[in-house]
Amino acid sequence: MDYEQVLPYIPNLRRYARALVGDRDSADDLVQDTLERAVRKFHLWRPGDLRAWLFSIMHNVFVNQLKARRISPTEEVDENLAAPGNPVSSTDLRDIERALAKLPAEQREVLLLVGLEEMSYEQVSRALGVPMGTVMSRVSRARDKLRRHLDGEPERANLKVVQ
Amino acid sequence: MTTDREQDRLLHERFDPVLLEPVPARLHLQRPAWIGYARAAAVLAAGVAIGLALPRPWPGTPEAPLAAAGAQALPARAARAHLVYAMEVRHPVEVDAAQQEHLVAWLSKRLGTKLKVPVLAEEGFELLGGRLLPGPDGPVAQFMYQEAAGRRLTLYVSAKSKDEGQTAFRYAQEGAVSVFYWIDGNWGYALSGEIDRPALSRISTSVYRQLNP
Repeated sequence: MDYEQVLPYIPNLRRYARALVGDRDSADDLVQDTLERAVRKFHLWRPGDLRAWLFSIMHNVFVNQLKARRISPTEEVDENLAAPGNPVSSTDLRDIERALAKLPAEQREVLLLVGLEEMSYEQVSRALGVPMGTVMSRVSRARDKLRRHLDGEPERANLKVVQ
Repeated sequence: MTTDREQDRLLHERFDPVLLEPVPARLHLQRPAWIGYARAAAVLAAGVAIGLALPRPWPGTPEAPLAAAGAQALPARAARAHLVYAMEVRHPVEVDAAQQEHLVAWLSKRLGTKLKVPVLAEEGFELLGGRLLPGPDGPVAQFMYQEAAGRRLTLYVSAKSKDEGQTAFRYAQEGAVSVFYWIDGNWGYALSGEIDRPALSRISTSVYRQLNP
């Protein structure tokens, strides 16, 4: 395995990281840590889906970063801060950023891998090391929240999904 | 109501521009310390004999596929074509960049595929033009670029031969010529230049991205 094989994926890793953490410098920190770790672990890579492998490394680095900041990846943002009484009149690109930032990290990850990276549920399941059912329910919750935010509906924080 | 499809469209609209941003230097091969470490680690992990880890420009890089494929291999052909034409003062190209539209249409027709010519202005290289060359599996296109300092790069586009599989980026050194090459679908691409490897690697990434938007 050669470092050059990773190069074509750097722009995708950067796009994903930017959407995941928001600001450019933190996003590139995440990419850099991911690449360094990938290089250290090259010998563990077996020919296969290199992209999924890189994204799984990025996921691990990201989770470690969250832990270091003592933020649980499942921690919910205080929904009351979402200013529910202030409907969004027209959807612009800032709104999608704001809406994303309000998702719990684990929902943001799956949504971006599916919506932006266009991975299948199965690929996401492998990249994140979580069961496919979990991926599907996270995507569905993320989409629901995103939709409500973009449509300017108030959050229903206590809504339970019965499966 | 915002549909899933609209959500995805918004995500792409907002974040796809990141794909086209120049990759910052700190994410490139310009950090010899960790790359050196990583390559050393890779060599050790691969269990390569100590003798092979003796100082070479890039220890640990697998160059065996090239040697195995021989003189007809893509990087060898690309490097030879580079050497022959990049040194030409008066006739480096058959059709110059002033007639770019004609050049691309002509070479596309001869190769039987819609060719795209990457723009390398951000890397400091301008298109000089291109030419048609013979290859083992039909016509080959060569595009030539030149930097203000006079250094030249060539992009060699050739039909994939039967015994070549798909490859991601690979690097080969043919004498003084460095070559990055990859095979994508039915086509092989090779970027050659007498340029150091990190710089060529960076430019190759740009070429690759432009050909695979």
